[in-house]
Amino acid sequence: MQLAKVIGDVVMTRKDENLTGVTLLVLQPLAADGSNIGRTLVAVDAVGAGVGETVFFVRGKEASFPFYPTEVPADAGIVGIVDHWDLG
Amino acid sequence: MHLARVIGTVVATRKDARLVSNKLLVARPMDPHGKAEGNYLVAVDTVDAGVGETVLIVSGSSARMAAGLKDCPVDAAIVGIVDTVDVAAGD
Repeated sequence: MQLAKVIGDVVMTRKDENLTGVTLLVLQPLAADGSNIGRTLVAVDAVGAGVGETVFFVRGKEASFPFYPTEVPADAGIVGIVDHWDLG
Repeated sequence: MHLARVIGTVVATRKDARLVSNKLLVARPMDPHGKAEGNYLVAVDTVDAGVGETVLIVSGSSARMAAGLKDCPVDAAIVGIVDTVDVAAGD
């Protein structure tokens, strides 16, 4: 999983029917120090995250597992909202 | 998933049998502000997208979860036509 900040959302009317009712959010991946790193991406939201929150997300087919048995076509999915993180 | 703009079509006569009757489009990934980034992609269109539209592309094995692509040899699928992208101020 990777840390990211939710920076926006995406609205689609015409889409795969298994994406109906699924929230799509724009993520900016974060480095351990909280700075931006890498390209932004769009992820499905399985935990009710919102813009401005720090989250962690999975990449790959696992992104659709929270919606099982619906086969949501997603390659990135938010699976947790971060309260805080500490570096040793 | 990545946002992308559809910039063209691909026609292929000789291809894997499981790609027959699938529409192939050329797309350029872009950031949420519309700036192009990354490499061009050939993606299977599952939502009747067209040139000039902004779309959402699913990559990797997840692409096969799009409607009608079960067991197809694809790694990029267009699964939606984007109406709007809202990005928080400053991001």
